[in-house]
Amino acid sequence: MKKYLMILTLVLVPAFAVGAAPVNGKLSADVDPHDKESLQRGAQAFANYCMACHQAELMRYNRVARDLGFSDEDVEEFLIFTPGTLAVDVMRNAMRQEDSQDWFGAPAPDLTMTARRHGPDWVYTFLNSFYKDENQPFGVNNLVISGVSMPHVLQELQGLPEPVYEDVDGQERLVGLELNQAGMMSPAEYRRFTRDLTNFMDYIAEPVKAERQRLGVYVIGFLLILLVLTYLLKKEFWRDVH
Amino acid sequence: MSETRGSSGGLMGWVDERFPATKMWNEHVGQYYAPKNFNFWYYFGSLALVVLVIQILSGIWLTMNYQPSADRAFESVEYIMRDVDWGWLIRYIHTTGASAFFVVVYLHMARALLYGSYQKPRELLWVFGVLIYVSLMAEAFFGYMLPWGQMSFWGAQVIISLFGAIPVIGDQLALWIRGDYVISEITLNRFFALHVIGLPLVIIGLVVAHILALHEVGSNNPDGIEIKKNKDANGNPKDGIPFHPYYTVKDTFGLIVFLIFFSIVVFYVPEFFGLFIEAPNFEPANPQVTPDHIAPVWYFTPHYAMLRAIPDSFGGVVVMGAAVAILFFLPWLDRGRVRSIRYRGLGFKVAVILFFISFVVLGYLGLQPATGLYTILARIFTAIYFGFFVFLWVYTYFGLEKTKPVPERVTMP
Amino acid sequence: MNQDGADKSRRRFLTAATGVVGGVGAAFLAVPFLSYWNPSARAQAAGAPVEVDISQLEPGQLINVKWRGNPVWVFKRTDENVSDLEKLDGLLRDPDSDQPQQPEYAQNKHRSIKPEIMVMVGLCTHLGCSPLFRPDERPAGIEREWLGGFFCPCHGSYFDLAGRVYSGVPAPLNLEVPPYHFIDDNTVLIGEDEGDV
Repeated sequence: MKKYLMILTLVLVPAFAVGAAPVNGKLSADVDPHDKESLQRGAQAFANYCMACHQAELMRYNRVARDLGFSDEDVEEFLIFTPGTLAVDVMRNAMRQEDSQDWFGAPAPDLTMTARRHGPDWVYTFLNSFYKDENQPFGVNNLVISGVSMPHVLQELQGLPEPVYEDVDGQERLVGLELNQAGMMSPAEYRRFTRDLTNFMDYIAEPVKAERQRLGVYVIGFLLILLVLTYLLKKEFWRDVH
Repeated sequence: MSETRGSSGGLMGWVDERFPATKMWNEHVGQYYAPKNFNFWYYFGSLALVVLVIQILSGIWLTMNYQPSADRAFESVEYIMRDVDWGWLIRYIHTTGASAFFVVVYLHMARALLYGSYQKPRELLWVFGVLIYVSLMAEAFFGYMLPWGQMSFWGAQVIISLFGAIPVIGDQLALWIRGDYVISEITLNRFFALHVIGLPLVIIGLVVAHILALHEVGSNNPDGIEIKKNKDANGNPKDGIPFHPYYTVKDTFGLIVFLIFFSIVVFYVPEFFGLFIEAPNFEPANPQVTPDHIAPVWYFTPHYAMLRAIPDSFGGVVVMGAAVAILFFLPWLDRGRVRSIRYRGLGFKVAVILFFISFVVLGYLGLQPATGLYTILARIFTAIYFGFFVFLWVYTYFGLEKTKPVPERVTMP
Repeated sequence: MNQDGADKSRRRFLTAATGVVGGVGAAFLAVPFLSYWNPSARAQAAGAPVEVDISQLEPGQLINVKWRGNPVWVFKRTDENVSDLEKLDGLLRDPDSDQPQQPEYAQNKHRSIKPEIMVMVGLCTHLGCSPLFRPDERPAGIEREWLGGFFCPCHGSYFDLAGRVYSGVPAPLNLEVPPYHFIDDNTVLIGEDEGDV
């Protein structure tokens, strides 16, 4: 219930929602697999910011191209930064996994299925929940994954929100985040940026989603026609039965 | 000759001299007389057969690209979802079909309870049915492990550990089932073998036996009347109609309705809100990290709730096993002479409805964490579940049931 | 059952209509099951065109590359090799490459885009063995004129340095030339005609 109240508050009070993340509960990314422009922007964001460390080993570049309306040349020019990688290849990065292990204590997890494992809203909330924490190795923490072992890669875009503590029942509690100094993007731009990124991650987690939703209409429509026919057929034969 | 076989000359005549094609058709379809008063509940038998075919076909196709190895199983499922033409559709058909199988079978079993379809002379028919149900549970359990996601791994871990709770032999038994000290590729391989060939053979054999038994004794009906008692001059039951064309057209209509629901799930909610495909299964199996919350797939949750309701681990296993095993004895626990709920006593009506409610509530509780109130509720409803069988025996054995008179002829819906 | 009230023609019509529409549905359902057997995206990626760097290739040298799992030879003929090709016409089954064993742009004397660069699928057209490269010495057992070529050890078929088959051997056709084009002077892309995407 508390969660829903939180979300409700966020919907009703946009001023609060801008640039701030709830301490509990999730923001809604409202992903849309049919919004190709958002997905294209998300793809570039993913290639530029995530793929320095992360991979999406189950996803092929040319599938991204086909589904999102890029040409293979576009893909090679705008999305592929790893030497020797072709459009038919999967989305691997240049970082050696052992390096990643050394730098971050664990190899950066593969992101292909993340949005399906945790839900797109989780991803979106995560991206909007970094805050300054000098006690952490990278100087940042995250409300969704406490003690997260990665830097705030989008800090130059968002800026670095600071935690707001309040005295609740005699205890210091983290009650929200406050952005004092925006980065290259305004809070609204940053939210759109992370929403695009989330949308793309949701897409790579299940690339066929838009296609199946499109197809379903035809299949069910066809079955409805067959339903009418079989109903009439049944009725006709059952006139014998009294 | 040709007259008794119901065919004359031509190609069919030639075949019939050598193979009882027409004879079998007539016996099981063309001149199989089914009661004319089947209602909604009678769609689920034929639908179960359809789902079996769907599962076998989609399963064979999935096997063509699935890799039963710990390193590649998870990745090969995603390969099917992404790289193989239409692989996603075949896989969603299979995952949806698994749950659809249980939906249909549970409704089919509920029908048997409502109309006393397990009573004499249909005891064996019922026993074959319960055997199919048990095989199906095994089939589903083995199949759920194959994608080698977190839930596949930890679900199997929990279930196999149950066998470890058996005194004396438990640990050895669990070790033998796994073939390893942990669930590993060795376990995966044997489960794969059982899932794709072992149990399907058993299930097909049992389904054939189930249908043969049904056609031997004849179908029951919502009035619970034996239609064979009232025959016309030709020796056909007055309240019966040939399965074909009347029930073939009716079941075809039912099939289309089913396929519409099936397609809605496949195309729009294949995960079915985490009930048909659980989110942790989108993460590869990791023997080092247990997911926060382990719940079996929905069709096992009633049993899982009963397992957790019992404070003693071996006791829990016994109760869970008994919840299924007791079904075998139903035909002998119910001493009533009246089959259909329409003419049975109030006690039966209340009891059977409580039984259905307890099953659904236990199913819900099995999805929730086992804490405080939930555990107490699980105990109450476990008692109701078993109480049904005890009550049914007492109620009928001591003649406490006040039944209504059963009509001579069936009533049309 | 009494069928007195039955409208036979309506019954026939509905049965046929349901049968036809149901049949169409079954045909549509068959499509995914049949398409499932097509080469997957992974297989297509593995069979994607292969870039071969020929800047280091010396005259007389042959390199073997893998394309769609098959051996493909890239061979740089010497000037002598090129001029020798004409001398053999009389001994060959299909000296002018009339059979469609090569893309149009390779249907010429040397069966290649550039006379000196040969690109050929290294599988015998008889039963699919991979012939041996014999640029100089005549393989044992052959008594015809030999100016270098390929000899298949499986059933003794042989080919000249343009992959053209000698007459009177088991192999019926010239070796296959795969689609290819030059990205630049030093790079061949095997598996794709020029202008294909």
